[in-house]
Amino acid sequence: MDATPHQVSAAAAPAWGRVRRSRQTADRALKVISTVFTLLGIAVLGWILVMLIVEGTRGLSLAVFTETTPGPGTEGGGIANAIVGSLVLTFLGIVVATPIGVLAGTYLAEYGRGSKLASMIRFVNDILLAAPSILIGLFVYTLMVQPMGGYSGWAGGVALAIIAIPVIVRTTEDMLRIVPGSLREAGAALGAPMSKVIIQISWRAARSGMVTGILLATARIAGETAPLLFTALNNNFWFSPDLMGGVSNLPVTIYQFALAPYENWRELAWAGALIITVSILALSVVARLLFRKEQAR
Amino acid sequence: MTAVSDQLVASNVQIARRSSHHTSDRVFRWASYGSALLVLVVLAGILGSMIYGGWPAFSEFGFGFLTSSVWNVGRDQYGAWVAIAGTLTSALIALVIGVPISIGIAIFLTQLCPSWLRRPVSTTIELLAAVPSIIYGMWGLFVFAPLFAQFVQIPVSNLVEGLPFFGTVLYARVPSGVGVLTAGIILAIMIIPFIASITRDILDQIPTMLRESAYGVGCTTWEVVRYVLLPQAGVSIIGAIMLGLGRALGETMAVTFVIGNANRLSLSLFDPGSTIASRIANEFNEASGLHLNALLALGCILFLVTFTVLALARFLISRVKVH
Repeated sequence: MDATPHQVSAAAAPAWGRVRRSRQTADRALKVISTVFTLLGIAVLGWILVMLIVEGTRGLSLAVFTETTPGPGTEGGGIANAIVGSLVLTFLGIVVATPIGVLAGTYLAEYGRGSKLASMIRFVNDILLAAPSILIGLFVYTLMVQPMGGYSGWAGGVALAIIAIPVIVRTTEDMLRIVPGSLREAGAALGAPMSKVIIQISWRAARSGMVTGILLATARIAGETAPLLFTALNNNFWFSPDLMGGVSNLPVTIYQFALAPYENWRELAWAGALIITVSILALSVVARLLFRKEQAR
Repeated sequence: MTAVSDQLVASNVQIARRSSHHTSDRVFRWASYGSALLVLVVLAGILGSMIYGGWPAFSEFGFGFLTSSVWNVGRDQYGAWVAIAGTLTSALIALVIGVPISIGIAIFLTQLCPSWLRRPVSTTIELLAAVPSIIYGMWGLFVFAPLFAQFVQIPVSNLVEGLPFFGTVLYARVPSGVGVLTAGIILAIMIIPFIASITRDILDQIPTMLRESAYGVGCTTWEVVRYVLLPQAGVSIIGAIMLGLGRALGETMAVTFVIGNANRLSLSLFDPGSTIASRIANEFNEASGLHLNALLALGCILFLVTFTVLALARFLISRVKVH
């Protein structure tokens, strides 16, 4: 009541007039608090990036990309084996996950539409999407590492694939669902069998969204550490081509090196952290931009 | 939509029978069916392997496995209570801190943000979810924990020393910065992007007309949010929170860095503790025999808890979408 017009600044867009002070305060508080929280979220991301750049560039040198991880107490060294190992494992994971994820998503969106089984699978997939990755590591450990008698890159790849599959299933299904039914009917009217309709019409229409899903799944698994601890583990050498007996990889290397008592190990951990975070964030941004551009067309 | 595609399936069966694509059509159909079933198999496999691996520990210690706080590798005595308590406490702290911030962000994005700013801000918040968990761990341990020790733990400990309740809960014997509260704060940051982006989507789904009507009768933004948007979105926001809880319960690497991995039960939030996931991550590679079984049994508990929470989340979120 006592809010007189001259107290209201021009910046407060709606003319407050004779609005009760308490209503005005509540409104202001909401606006200020939400804005501050948003800024806080952005600030944390910025803080983490600044930290990575400051600490990571210190250890960054050509040797990081050319030399293998040093043993305890050894000077110098790089993380070349870990970088290549991570690329191999991520590639392996995504190569296994893509066909399975895309086909499962296709089943949910095309064949199983409205069926009980499909809604159950969708439900389970949503749970797997958020399930703790460490449990997937334990599962693959009992499934592959124990029977095969040792850690292997294959087990690591499978663990990463299991994490990637739900992401791909979900995006594939979502993207296929927005393909108009009339396109499918047109294909069917020409006498194309269902598989042809799906592959040549539905998939093609949903392609950019599906690719985005695969890229996001790649970004998701590239930084996963917990499932690799029990499957691919890590070592300080170039891994053998058969991927048996531990494959060096970036996340586990960072984990082990960051907490180590050796200065050069810690520097390498920071350099690795910078490399992996920048790659993953870049991949996520590119995936989003790609999708937006395709959608805009 | 459904009727059309049912028709499509029916008509296609006939076409496929006659066409030369008969085999490939069938192979494709079975391949997608099989892939979809694989999703079920994976979930069943995770549960099966945990129960199978953890069974010796469950049968050895019985119900006491859940309630005992002894975890002694040397004497082969295992109880899960310390890890369970740490998991629940840190996840609860994460919710208390993370939920208001997430909802604030969602309100900012849907109600206050100018439209040109919306996308960049949304993407930035979503990118918080893309940062690998191990990076949060390093940030928490090397950057956040020292600051937290210096500016929060030490002053607060000095302040509350000797007081009843607060003198126990908020007193740091060794103000190192790591501990259950630090883990909760890091977890809060990690679950914010998930809760915020789902809440944003939910708020977006509420018909604009409701909002505009409220503004039309003279509501302030606060009143629109409080009396129109939140009641409409309530249940599914709880679903989003449950989803965040599911994430917080199972988060591993970041927590392993900052929780201190202590093996004893402490009443202070500033003291180190451990969670189910951090204990598995720490001890699994050196474990054998009953120790291994006990860790898998911990995994089994974690699976059952997160499964329940996530199932509930999914149920609550999907319920409102039907409206």
